Amino acid sequence: MNGANTAFVLISAALVMLMTPGLAFFYGGMVRVKSALNMLMMSFISLGVVSLLWVLFGYSLTFGDDIGGGLLGNLDHIGFQGIEPTSLWGEKPDAIPVLAFALFQLMFAVITPALISGAVADRVKFGAWALFITVWTTIVYFPVAHWVWQADGWLFKKEVIDFAGGTAVHINAGAAGLAVALVLGKRIGFKKDPMRPHNLPLVMLGSGLLWFGWFGFNAGSALAANGTAANMAFNTQVATGVAMLGWLAYERIRHGAFTTLGAASGAVAGLVAITPSGAAVNAWGAIVIGLVAGVVCSWAVSLKYKLGYDDSLDVVGVHLVGGLIGTLLVGVLATDGVGGAAQLGKQALGAFTVLLYSFVVSWILAKLIDVTIGFRASEDEELGGIDQAFHAETAYDFSAVGGSARSTVPAATGASAPQKPHNKKVDA
Amino acid sequence: MKLITAVVKPHRLDEIKEALQAFGVQGLTVTEASGYGRQRGHTEVYRGAEYTVDLVPKVRIEVLVEDEDADDLVDVVVKAARTGKIGDGKVWSVPVETAVRVRTGERGPDAL
Repeated sequence: MNGANTAFVLISAALVMLMTPGLAFFYGGMVRVKSALNMLMMSFISLGVVSLLWVLFGYSLTFGDDIGGGLLGNLDHIGFQGIEPTSLWGEKPDAIPVLAFALFQLMFAVITPALISGAVADRVKFGAWALFITVWTTIVYFPVAHWVWQADGWLFKKEVIDFAGGTAVHINAGAAGLAVALVLGKRIGFKKDPMRPHNLPLVMLGSGLLWFGWFGFNAGSALAANGTAANMAFNTQVATGVAMLGWLAYERIRHGAFTTLGAASGAVAGLVAITPSGAAVNAWGAIVIGLVAGVVCSWAVSLKYKLGYDDSLDVVGVHLVGGLIGTLLVGVLATDGVGGAAQLGKQALGAFTVLLYSFVVSWILAKLIDVTIGFRASEDEELGGIDQAFHAETAYDFSAVGGSARSTVPAATGASAPQKPHNKKVDA
Repeated sequence: MKLITAVVKPHRLDEIKEALQAFGVQGLTVTEASGYGRQRGHTEVYRGAEYTVDLVPKVRIEVLVEDEDADDLVDVVVKAARTGKIGDGKVWSVPVETAVRVRTGERGPDAL
């Protein structure tokens, strides 16, 4: 076992974990006041659901030995059977404990379905959402991650480069987001009512946490504290910074202002784009990838208004388009001899296969949920705010009047029950 | 008696309060308000989507005065509220039939 690598991967896992709350804030600030908590919860619930799935069968389906054809892992490690603290992943002298690897990979499985939630803000039943991510993670994420990252996975064997998840995470989530947004339909008042972000500082906080955590996401994917990890970390920083500049420049030219939301969004677009490619390019490649991602994603978020689908928080414009940019550009900009037309073809094969699989399966799954238990909140719930409808809470208390307390705590438990003033004689 | 009502830019509130105090006004009521005049609102941009924000924040200041002070007081408020830029607001006065100080029951001018 390699102690340095183990420490690095464990710390990276913790960094990636922070991305999910970061995403929650990034998305949470972008919605209206009445659904801010629901937006946070749609990310947070993934930390619970997917952690459980991972132990039950997720790890086994993803990183178990292939069942044949490179499509899925076997069931050997269901319930984490056969995995001890002493079990190792990788070749000596670089090997790390399987549990460190599994924890790191778990965080990827957690954030990917959470990313989808941005497409369906403000309008889904929370229970239906929890069911959706349970099934989606099982039938879409686990297989796709197996294809891309497991040594026997069919895309891995075709030498598709997806260093840290541009394909398995971002294209995958982006395509699913588009499918679910199409099944659910638009928010009531889309393109008519103002749907301004309710808290841009929260969005900035979220994007900052994402940026920070992304060092674990990207560099940690080297699974070793080595030069590849350092290159990846460095390129992550450069591409992200440049993408922010690209987005802001585009906005200034098109819309006349350097917006805060643009800075936050540009940074995330850069993070997405450098994810598949960062280990294979140098700093100049990172600058190109960042710039292209910033400008193109900034343009892409306007597509929903032109095409008329309501991907509320631009999962398509940022994650699908950003993921495609990084995944395809690695075929052009790779410096370690793997670039060129042949690699570009392989990258396109990986990107579009995953896009198609995720879109089709997600669409069917969302439709099934919709016709059985109902996916979309009722009109009243949506208009009144899904925070109140599904969480019995509101994010902010703006008013000093209008509330009244009604305790639901049983009063008959003795000491804490309110008591009458006793033994006090009152004059008539 | 007259009720002077001013709907003005929030950042002029301190100036107006000071001017009213200098004039001798003892009390006033301030309410947060929103609205627009001929200038309408402003435009905000979120990921390229432009939103016209029609109703812009204002404060509504209300002061009760005796009839003979009303015109002068309107002038005082207008002077303190003016920035010369669009959206400075409006001031008006209306007659008031009666006013009562709740604590003492005094009525009319004594209640001011």
